[in-house]
Amino acid sequence: MKRETLIWTIVFILGIVMLLGRAFLTEQGMGKAYVRAVEINADAPDPADRWIQYDNALPKDYYTAVARDPNQREYQFSPGRTIGVWVAAFFTLFILSFLIRDNPFYKIAESVVVGVSAAYWMVVGFWTTIVPNLLGKLFPEWVNGWAIPGLDAQAEWAYLAPLILGGMLLWRLSPKGSWISRWPLAFIIGTTAGIRLMGFLHADFLSQIRNTITTIWVTDVAGSFIFWESVRSLILVVGVLSSVVYFFFSIEHKGFVGRTAKLGIWFLMITFGAAFGYTVMGRIALLAIRLEFLLDDWLWLIDPAMKRMSM
Amino acid sequence: MYEFLKNLDKRWIFLMMFLAVSVPIYIIGKTGKTFPEVPTLLAEATFQAIEELKEGDPILLSFDYDPASEGELAPMATAFVKHSCEKRLKIYFMALWPVGPQMIDDVIARVIRSDFPEMVYGVDYVNIGFKPGNEGVIKVIVTDLRELYTTDDKGTPIAQIPMMEGIHSVQDFKLVVNVSAGYAGTKEWVQYAVTPFPDKIKLVAGCTGVQAPLLYPYIPQQLPGLLGAIKGAAEYEKLVIDKYGGTNPDPKYLEAKRRMGPQLVAHILIIILVVLANVIYYIEKKREART
Repeated sequence: MKRETLIWTIVFILGIVMLLGRAFLTEQGMGKAYVRAVEINADAPDPADRWIQYDNALPKDYYTAVARDPNQREYQFSPGRTIGVWVAAFFTLFILSFLIRDNPFYKIAESVVVGVSAAYWMVVGFWTTIVPNLLGKLFPEWVNGWAIPGLDAQAEWAYLAPLILGGMLLWRLSPKGSWISRWPLAFIIGTTAGIRLMGFLHADFLSQIRNTITTIWVTDVAGSFIFWESVRSLILVVGVLSSVVYFFFSIEHKGFVGRTAKLGIWFLMITFGAAFGYTVMGRIALLAIRLEFLLDDWLWLIDPAMKRMSM
Repeated sequence: MYEFLKNLDKRWIFLMMFLAVSVPIYIIGKTGKTFPEVPTLLAEATFQAIEELKEGDPILLSFDYDPASEGELAPMATAFVKHSCEKRLKIYFMALWPVGPQMIDDVIARVIRSDFPEMVYGVDYVNIGFKPGNEGVIKVIVTDLRELYTTDDKGTPIAQIPMMEGIHSVQDFKLVVNVSAGYAGTKEWVQYAVTPFPDKIKLVAGCTGVQAPLLYPYIPQQLPGLLGAIKGAAEYEKLVIDKYGGTNPDPKYLEAKRRMGPQLVAHILIIILVVLANVIYYIEKKREART
């Protein structure tokens, strides 16, 4: 056995022994999830309008409720959500294991994420768009019977157009006549390009020019000069103009233009630095929540949100 | 030492980063101590935008994020909802991301059902859910919300929800709050909602760190308030908790403040690594020049 394989084998065995020990041999255990049964529309006269919803509950609330009444049913241990916590913990470790090197555990986690996401998109798309916005518009009475009780609308036959276009789009799966799907695609590309062009033109081009046209001699209502506001405006105007000059390649960057372009580079570099700093902050926050999840929700080593204080 | 640092295996950096993040989490988790936060003008402006609203005013919360960015955005989403509940606003949730409704349900359970049980679904808050179409959805609902949203997230027809009375488009909301992880998100809300209707639609947002520098050009005319990443969330949390948290605030409303500890240590590590890498680069350059 190679030295590295031996080390990893020992690490794995130690990890499993520690996990089993903490889960089954300690008094409090670890990685358990609890739920609270909440009755929704409890006052509704028709029982069909009432239902039980299971919200996540804190372990301390569960133990307090059990101590008060061992037969209570409001707070319950949730085997399903407990399995969820353990699966989430192992998948977090699988994904993080990529930092060492690519491995089968990472591949499993990656494939599951891709598969689940694709299936989720399909189901959500069906229930949030095709049922209410297409079938519900074309055949409201029929949809009323099985999907949206209480839907009170008239059939809108204009929605036959998206139905036909949708059908044409799916034609690309057919071995013959896949060119038919190009027509709805052309429609999608055309409308998207038009919408986005107008959005950028108004919000990013014209509005940004207007926002840059500002006074660099800022005064308050009494007419007194405000120094720091003026400095801010000056930096804004100088930053925009020098950065624009840097991207102006019709004139050689020499002399005054060259110096202005160089100043523009400084502004751009500061912007890239700020973007890098923000990205680092974001990535650390993402790592922090995964580690917090492992230490708090799974291993029960810390309790910053006081979820288990009274256990 | 020089040779070791020059050829440093990146896995050592991963290990150092792991320790830089996990050790503060452990210490803060054990002690409950957090670092003090001083709110910046943007966090103040975001807070004021909600604070200025009156009881019963309709507010639209668009949660355009998913579990991948929950670490950055869930704390500010929680704070936005708590603030809106404390102000007794009518809260309308929606999402442009398919997992958004789950994020909304999560916050509703964590904040509204847990701490504001007197609030009634359909009367005080409603989740109208997700619609695919990205900016296309915004483009439609700024003038006609019911064209796309025929039901809420549970499938109840919009006409049967009491608090939807009088709400016909995004222009009917006193404020739009967007929690954004990318496309579609704050940029699209600015482009397709605020810019065409600057006098009727007011937007404040919280976003991921990656997005924040791209949104700064919209401040303040098109975007009066912005919470940038976990730092912005921590500042906003402080403002909300200072005003509405009482003497012993619930720790679930201090998530972002707790996460500023690992941020500090990890940033110090990154600064040290950047400085070290530059020193090595210059030494190497000098050695090359000599040879």
